[in-house]
Parts: sequence; C-alpha cells; structure tokens
Amino acid sequence: MSLVQVTDLTVEFGDLRAVDGLSFQLAPGAAVALVGESGSGKSTVASALLGLHRGTGARVGGSIEVAGVDVQEAADEELRRLRGAKAAMVFQDPLSSLDPYYAIGDQIAEVHRVHTRVPRRAARARAVEVLDRVGIPDAARRSRSRPHEFSGGMRQRALIAMALACEPELLIADEPTTALDVTVQAQILDLLHTLREETGMGLLLVTHDVGVAAESVDEVLVMRHGRVVEHGPVGAVLGSPAQSYTRELLGAVPRVDMARAPSQASEEVVLEATALRREFGRGKRAFAAVDDVSLTIHRGETVGIVGESGSGKTTLGRMLVGLLEPTAGEVRHEGHARAGVNPAVQMVFQDPVSSLNPRRSVGESIADPLRARGERDEKQIRGRVTELLERVGLEGAHYDRYPHEFSGGQRQRVGIARALAADPRVIVCDEPVSALDVTTQAQVVALLGELQRELGLALVFVAHDLAVVRQVSDRVAVMRRGRIVESGPADEVYDNPQDPYTKQLLAAVPALDPQVAARRRAARRELTAA
Amino acid sequence: MSEALVAAEAAGTGVEPVPGASGARQFWRRLRVQRAALVAAAVVALLVLVALAAPLLTAIEGQDPTTYHPSLVDSARGGVPIGSLGGIGGDHWLGVEPQTGRDLFARLVYGARVSLGVALAATVIQVFVGVVMGIASALGRGWVDQLLSRITDIFVAMPLMIMSLALLAIVPSSFPRPVLVTLVIGFIAWGNIAKIVRAQTLTLKGLDYVSAARLSGWGAWRIARRELLPGLAAPVITYAAILMPVNISIEAALSFLGVGVKPPTPSWGQMLTAADVWYQAAPQYLLLPAGALFVTVLALTVLGDGVRTALDPRAASRLSVGTGRRREARAGKESEAKAGKENEARAGKENTA
Amino acid sequence: MSGFGGFLLRRAVGTVVTLLAISVIVYVVFYATPGNVAQITCGPRCSPEQVHQVAQQLKLDDPLYLRYWHFLEGLIAGQDYSTGTSVEHCSAPCLGLSYQSDRQVMDIILTKLPVSLSLVLGAMVLWLVLGVGTGVLSAWRRGRFTERVLTALTLAGWATPVFVIGLVLMIVVCGELQLLPFPQYVKFTDDPEQWAWNLLLPWLSLALIEAAAFARLTRASMLETLAEDHIRTFRAYGVAERTIVGRHALRGALAPVIALNANNVGSAIGGAVLTETLFGLPGIGQELVHAVNVVDLPVVVGMVLVIGFFVVLANAVADVLYAVADRRVVLT
Repeated sequence: MSLVQVTDLTVEFGDLRAVDGLSFQLAPGAAVALVGESGSGKSTVASALLGLHRGTGARVGGSIEVAGVDVQEAADEELRRLRGAKAAMVFQDPLSSLDPYYAIGDQIAEVHRVHTRVPRRAARARAVEVLDRVGIPDAARRSRSRPHEFSGGMRQRALIAMALACEPELLIADEPTTALDVTVQAQILDLLHTLREETGMGLLLVTHDVGVAAESVDEVLVMRHGRVVEHGPVGAVLGSPAQSYTRELLGAVPRVDMARAPSQASEEVVLEATALRREFGRGKRAFAAVDDVSLTIHRGETVGIVGESGSGKTTLGRMLVGLLEPTAGEVRHEGHARAGVNPAVQMVFQDPVSSLNPRRSVGESIADPLRARGERDEKQIRGRVTELLERVGLEGAHYDRYPHEFSGGQRQRVGIARALAADPRVIVCDEPVSALDVTTQAQVVALLGELQRELGLALVFVAHDLAVVRQVSDRVAVMRRGRIVESGPADEVYDNPQDPYTKQLLAAVPALDPQVAARRRAARRELTAA
Repeated sequence: MSEALVAAEAAGTGVEPVPGASGARQFWRRLRVQRAALVAAAVVALLVLVALAAPLLTAIEGQDPTTYHPSLVDSARGGVPIGSLGGIGGDHWLGVEPQTGRDLFARLVYGARVSLGVALAATVIQVFVGVVMGIASALGRGWVDQLLSRITDIFVAMPLMIMSLALLAIVPSSFPRPVLVTLVIGFIAWGNIAKIVRAQTLTLKGLDYVSAARLSGWGAWRIARRELLPGLAAPVITYAAILMPVNISIEAALSFLGVGVKPPTPSWGQMLTAADVWYQAAPQYLLLPAGALFVTVLALTVLGDGVRTALDPRAASRLSVGTGRRREARAGKESEAKAGKENEARAGKENTA
Repeated sequence: MSGFGGFLLRRAVGTVVTLLAISVIVYVVFYATPGNVAQITCGPRCSPEQVHQVAQQLKLDDPLYLRYWHFLEGLIAGQDYSTGTSVEHCSAPCLGLSYQSDRQVMDIILTKLPVSLSLVLGAMVLWLVLGVGTGVLSAWRRGRFTERVLTALTLAGWATPVFVIGLVLMIVVCGELQLLPFPQYVKFTDDPEQWAWNLLLPWLSLALIEAAAFARLTRASMLETLAEDHIRTFRAYGVAERTIVGRHALRGALAPVIALNANNVGSAIGGAVLTETLFGLPGIGQELVHAVNVVDLPVVVGMVLVIGFFVVLANAVADVLYAVADRRVVLT
C-alpha cells in the first residue's frame, strides 16, 4: 500500500490552474522529489497533500490519499489528525514559519500534545529530545529560546524537530534549504538523510534546485506548468533525460566542475581596491563587514567573488562601485583614486523588483544615465535606448512599458541595459541571477558573457552560488567574514582548493549525479570529523 | 480623538513600496470599484458644494447667519422659538436658533464652510510640516536625524486638545478665530505624519533603483524629487485622508467647549454647546449639527478607507482568507542574509549551524 | 539582561529629556508672549498695585532663562512667595499661584485629579474590553453577518464625535427613558456604588469612541497576523482553529495594539475634557476650560504641564510594554 497516492490532481485558484492533472505515488519509506521552476505548481501539490487548500477558495479536484486517509473526503477532525501525526510538513522560511512570541520548545510541545495528549512535562521532554536528535547543541537550554535567537540553519533544524515530534510516516519538505547558505544546506540535507535512515520515514521533497534533489531522493518528478513532464529514478532522469524540457532544465544548471572558456583578459588594470575596510555600528557593537580586502581587475576579465551570507561580498561590491564609503583603504579607477560614484563603474542589482522604479517606464529608466550626462536630444536618447533594449534581447517597442509588465529575467535585462547606457568600463554584478529561475539564469549569464566579449568590459560577479561563479569567472576570490581567504584563477581554486573553508564550500555543493553526491557526503563527514 | 491609533492604522499600510503600480490610472480604477467609497465621495462632494455655495443658498432663502430675530423667540419662556418644531416655515427653512433667533439653515450652511475649511487648511499645514520634517530627518546626517526625531517625538506626545485649549486662551480675541484654530491644529498635530514620511523615506532610500539613480550620476536634490517624492505620495495621501475627519472632530470639539470658533461665526460644534437644553422644544437644533458632523466624518472616513485600499491593494487582500504569504524563493535567502547579517556576523556565525 | 536594562535606561533618559523639552516649550510659549504677562496672570480685575506685586513675585525683571530656571527650581524644590506681609510656601512640585482664585495651582489640580482619573481609568477598562473584544470577534468571524454588523457599528462609533455621543446618551437615557439620573459626581470614598452608577454614562461616552478605534485596529491587526506564515505552520500541524486564533494570532496581533493603548491615553484625555464639560464633572478638564475662559494663566500652564507629564509617562509605559511583549524590539 502506498504511503501517498495522488491521482489526477487539479488545483485552481480563480482562473489560474496551478496543478493540471498530476498523478504519482510514494511507497512507504521512499523519497521522491518534485522539481520545477517557479510557477510549476510544486508547492501547491505539497500543500494539497495535507489539505491546506481547504477553506481558502481554491478548487481541488482528483483524489489524494495520504497514509490511508482520503484527504479530499476527510472530515475536518480527521484531517487535523493527519496533519503532523501521520504526515508533517517543513516549510521554507523558518524565521516566519515559527511563532516569534513563544519558545521553540513550547511550540514543539504544543504540536506534540495536539496529537498525543501527554502531560505538559512529558511533551516538553519530547521537545528537548527531538531538538537534540536534529543536532542542536545544549538542547535543554535552547528549547527555551525564541526563534529569532537562533541562526538560520538552527531554525530549520528546529522546524524539522517539530516535524519529528509526532513520529510521522511522511515528511513533506517544501524548499527546506532555499533560504540557507550552501554549507548549512548540506548539513540539513545530511540530517534529513540520516533521519530517514533511522526512522524509515518517507520523504517528499519540493525544490527548484536539481542538485538538492539528486542528493536526497530516489525518484524524481519534473514539473512544469502544473504537469509532470518526466519522472523516474533520479539517476536515470538526471543522467539521461528523455524529455526536451528536462534536458533544457539540466543543461541550464551550472556545474561546479565545468571548466570555462579561456579568458580574454588583458593586462590593463581597470579597477583596483587596496586594503578596503568597512565598519558598521558604533563603539562596542562595531564590527568590520569587510576587512583588508585588495583586488585588481583587468580589462576584459571576469572576477568572481563568492561567499556565504555575512561574508561581506555585497558590502565589497558597493564599495567598488562607490555607493558606500570605505572606512579605510581606497578604490582606484584607471589609476585615479575616486571617492563616490563614477559612471564608468556601474552595477547590476540582485532584486528585479526593487531595481527598477515602478512608476517609470523601462525606457525612461534606461535613459537615466544618458540624461544625467546632459543628453537632451530626445531622438538620440530614444535611438540609443532602443539599441540597448535590442542588444539585451528585448524589443525597442518595450520602451514605454512598465516594469510590472515584465518577468524577472526580463527586468534583469533592463537593469543590464541601464548599466550599459552609461558606457561603463566595469560592471559590478551583485547577485544578478540569484532571484531567477535556472533556465533564465543561464540566459542572463550568457548575455553577460556576450556583452563582455563584445565590449571588452570588466565584470565583477558577486554571488553565493559556487557553480554560477565558476561558469562565468576567470579569476575567483573566496570571501569569509569580511576577508578573502583564497583567490586565484578559477580553475585552480575550484579544482585544487587550498584553504579549508574553500574545501568545505566545495564539498557542500549539491551534485547532479547521485554517486558524486554520495561521495561528497562522505567527504563532508570527514571534514566535520576533522 | 485617537490620533495615535489613527497614526498606527495608517502607518501599517504605507511603508512598503507597492511594486507594479502604474500610478494614477490603476488608482482610479481600484477606487471606482468600491461602491461605498464612491457614495462617500459623492456625499463629500455635496458637502463641499454646499459650503462653497453658502452665500448663494442663503440669498435664495433670504436670510443670513448672524442677524438676530428676537421677535421669533419667546423671551418669556427663556427664548424658545415660536412656532412648531422650532419655527420652521417658509421664511426659515429649518427654523431659528433659540434665544437669538438666528436662522438655522444659514448657520448650518455657513458652518459647513468653517468646519470643512478649517479641517482642510489644518490638514494641509500638517502634511506640509510633516513631509518637510520627515524627509529632512531621513536624509540628514546622524545628528540631524536624532535631533529632528526627538522634536517630532515631543510633538507626537503633545496632547492636541489640551495644548489647543491653552493656546487659544492666551491669544487675544482680535485675532480671527477660525484662522487661529487652523494654525493651532495644523502646527501641533503634524508629528505622526512626519514619522510616517520618515519611515517611508528611509525605506525608499535603501531601494536599489535609488542606488541606480546615484550611479547614473544624479545629484541628491534630483533624486529626492524624482525618485523619493513619488514614492511618498501613497502613504501621505492615505494619512491625509484620515486626518481630515479627525481635524473636523477636533475643531467641533474646541468650538463645543466655547474655545474654538466663537459666535457670531457659526460652527457646527459651537451650535451644540447648549443643544441638550433645547432638545424638547427645538429638536433640530441638536439633530442637525450633530447629524451634519456625523455624516461628514463618516463620509470622509469611508472615503479615506477607500483611498487607502486603492493605493495599497494588499490591505484589501487581508480580507481574503489564505494560507500564508508567498515569497520569492531565492530572494528570501539574501534578504534574510541582509537582515540577519549584522547579528550573525557579530555573534560569530559558527558553521555548525 | 543588560540588553533590556540598557533599553529601559535609554527610555527613561528619553522620557526625562522629553519632559524637560515640553516644560521649556510650554514656559516659553506662555510666559514669553508679548503683552503684559503680569497683567494676564493677575487677571482682569486686578488693580495696578496688585499687578505690580505679581510682577515682583514672578521676578519679571529677570531675563527669560533665569525665570525659567526659577520655575524649574520651584518644580523640584518648592518656592516661597512673599506677599508683602507674609510668606507663602509652595511645596514641591510647585506650579505657581493662581491669583484669580487665590490658591496654589497644585492644590487646585490635586483636588480635581481624582475625578479625572476615575473617569479616564474606568473608561480605559471599558474601551479595552469592548474594543479588543469586538476587534477579535470581527476578525474571527470575517465574511459573516456578525462581522459586517460589527464593522458598521465600529465605523459609526468612530465617526461620531465624543460629545455628540455623550449628548445623545444623556438625552436618551436620562431624559427620555429616565433609566439613570443626570450624572453627579460622587466620591469613591463616600459611596462606591453611587460613584460607579454616576460615572456609567460618562464612561460609556468616552469609551465608545476609543473602543471603536481599538476595534478597527485590532481587527486589522488580527487579519494581518492570521495571514502570516507561522499561523499556516500550526494549521499544517492540525492545531484547532480556536487555539490558533486564541493563542497564536491573538498574541501577535495584540502586542502592538495593547502597547498603543497607553499611547492613546493622551488623546483620551482630550475626550475626557469634553466629557467632563458635558456631564458637569468637576475634573481637571472642566477646570482647564474654565481657566481658559477666564484666562487664569498659571492654572492653564500648570495643567498643561501635569497633563503633558501623564501623556509622556503613558508613552514611555507603552514603549516598555511593547518591548516586553515583543523582545525583538529591544535589539533595535
């Protein structure tokens, strides 16, 4: 008897059909991943398994059976018994998913008591037990802390602990690691793996990251526009995909072990940073986000700056561009020390939503640097903007459209066009593709590569995704806590890392091949034991 | 009036930037959909019309708001208006005022001028001062921000009614009263809007497109004008829409106490000062100004709600049941990183998270 | 808990600074205005010699900052007024003398304070219970008939000025229906039951407006909290809807609302002035109106300061309450 049996599931929100005739099953103890880009409907499926769409106005059709319970027909009381006790869900953002006003131990105890009616003391003891099980040190004391006192990874562990508290048969994890750094992500995935081995729980993993799926599950379902495009054992689907969409998806995924085309860098130094330092806060609470960082960037090359959150890479990027004043050190552009902004050094921002003024047309946003330079001739302006729009893969007719009429990827292209409008020599890209889907990512990255070759630009590519950075960079600098721990040609740093932190980072990157994934997991275990 | 709660209500909606608004057109479309707001707008428009046309209306009636008509009240009985229902008739459409015999309709209609005019002018002053203080505070250097915020806090703490009472006491009566009331209300109660403007400006300042404008080479003034001010329009309009009814009530209260607009200038609040005494003989003397106040404040409040919903549809979507907010999957990572960065870096983030 | 202790200290310092600033502003506004300060202070019926005497007592020859300093001294340590023949001691905190009623200002205030406190505090209880209750109920029953009715009622309550409600209540309840006699203030120490009965109507009129505003805010806050992610988590674990609303949503929604209540005392005081005037309760508000009408400057200034003090205090309490309710605030 399957743990989960879904037949012809459809979910409609108003006019939108989020899930369109999906069927799959999950055997007890098995692990399945729902993989897809945003809008594919995968999260909707996960929520439907617990009947979370009931009462929201969504129309759910088809049949869903979880742990023997017919979710569609079940009475409210029965559904409540299912949730948490037989199937438990772990959500994406642990900070907002937990109640900020109560201690974590109390929240876990509350959930436990809903399903087991044990006295409070026993429930709290159980909470401490599961917190310990998921690897939270000093569990008894930490169980009395509130969520905001935990770090991101620990919060996610606490969410998993909550899911474990009632010993469910099925664990549904909806993008459990998306909000986490890569090393922390690896730990959480390892934890899930270990827990499955220990308890025999089934796992339904929802993720956009194919590598994450490869690491953790036996079977994969690739979703697109609410339908299953392809499914099968993970090795087969990822190794030799049958459908063209799957191939496209996999082709777009950047690989950390892929060598790059040779660089076109010249010797000419375009931007140079010396002993940069930036402090925040005052007095006792002051800390250095960037500490003694020096960089040289040559014409025509791409320098990748990679690091996790808190590494200072964004602060560094802003200092290079002149948006932020360094507390110490200086930035020189073509030999001249420049304080403040400089049109020759431009930036492409991360968030496609906030990088464009929603009240201006995209054409006007792109024209901004031209107007700021003093250009008055409307025809000239329009001409140049149209040229730029076409260069980044949009149409001249888009001039008068507004940002909300475009997709995330298109907005990033507009952002690139705007940066180009200033005729820059250097463009600093601050996480330019992190907010985009994998296929769009690949397109934007390709665009940047083309532009660089064509215009002889220097690019500084700041990102947390090691694979993407590998794909684009000639040279790479690895940042940690404000300092550069290792730097050099990309191939060297990636294939032969020297610094233990770099090694740790690389060991944490999810691999697409399940066998490689198992090897990396073993390597991670070694590194933590060391 | 609960200005503090009003501030909190407005503050809750305005601070996040609304993406995807192509400005005025969307706003009107969303406003037009709400029937209650449209009705309220019509009522307000009618009131404004009446206020503006006051001289015309009273000319048609043939009366004016200040002339005494002692013959129409029975001084033997303490000034009760002669005739049924307080002296309603062809000459005096709504009857006369007890004791003075002044025409009620005229006083009511001219009272609309005072109430609406004072409230509007006071709102304008509050918005102006609030916006200037808020922007200066948000854009200024550390100590400027501290100083201006401290001043704003003081003004927020000042109890409007009490201060108004006190101030109105010491200014000699030669100064025109309605103007005085306007100035007092306007220059005391700007604190909340300053706070909202400051908060919103700080948010806007940090947005990427403002950084991009800096990179393009624009100077601070130009950026403030072109990028920041439009972003402020929404919360400011929302709050101003809430301020209007509050100011009307405050003016009415001050006049009711005898401290605001003084006779012979008519004001709805003033007309209620002794209305309970005359309730039996001339019920409309109480009901009309009270009703006028009620309808005006109600209409403005409903309109304000409608404006707020039109400017920020997410406020309306709160009314639909949902299972949670959706988030940009990957943006969540970096934004949590940004928010937690200071704390985590300081705490010395261990990698065994 | 140095974090929280530090927070308290900062707020305390901030409060003192604000109070000082208010006292400066008030003093300057009232005592630096053109016109014969001594004349105004003494009152319209004073003879020139009396005015001169007042001028002496107030040391009006001294520069403004020195006068303010004397005033501050008096506030902290008390002051002595010589009236030619005798010396009158005004103990700390000294708010000056009311020449028109020949009493110390602090004296006047202290006599009237209990009435106003009874009014405001009693109304506060009422409006908290009514307002929050209504707000929670309308959020809980959103979309259904109960909610629509409640929303309409709260809107109507919010739109009606305080004194209109009071007037209507008085006319209907006391005049027409004769359920209660017209209110007369009875001291709590004399007869608690009568005290409560007489204050019932004033409490209601003051409370209804604030309750309406509270209901609106609570409802909005509840709805927003109910849409948040952590509510979804507990639903996904099968927690009963009642517990979700009562334990999780309520806590999150109420934290800002309750803290705001103390903030609201300031505006309620304004409403109290109206209610006292309307119902003829001998409280601070009524006294202030009277003082304003006869232009008794020391009383006016004294009252503004006292009331300002309470408002600032209430704000500070609100801040602290909010921090207690939501520990995250302490970090900022």
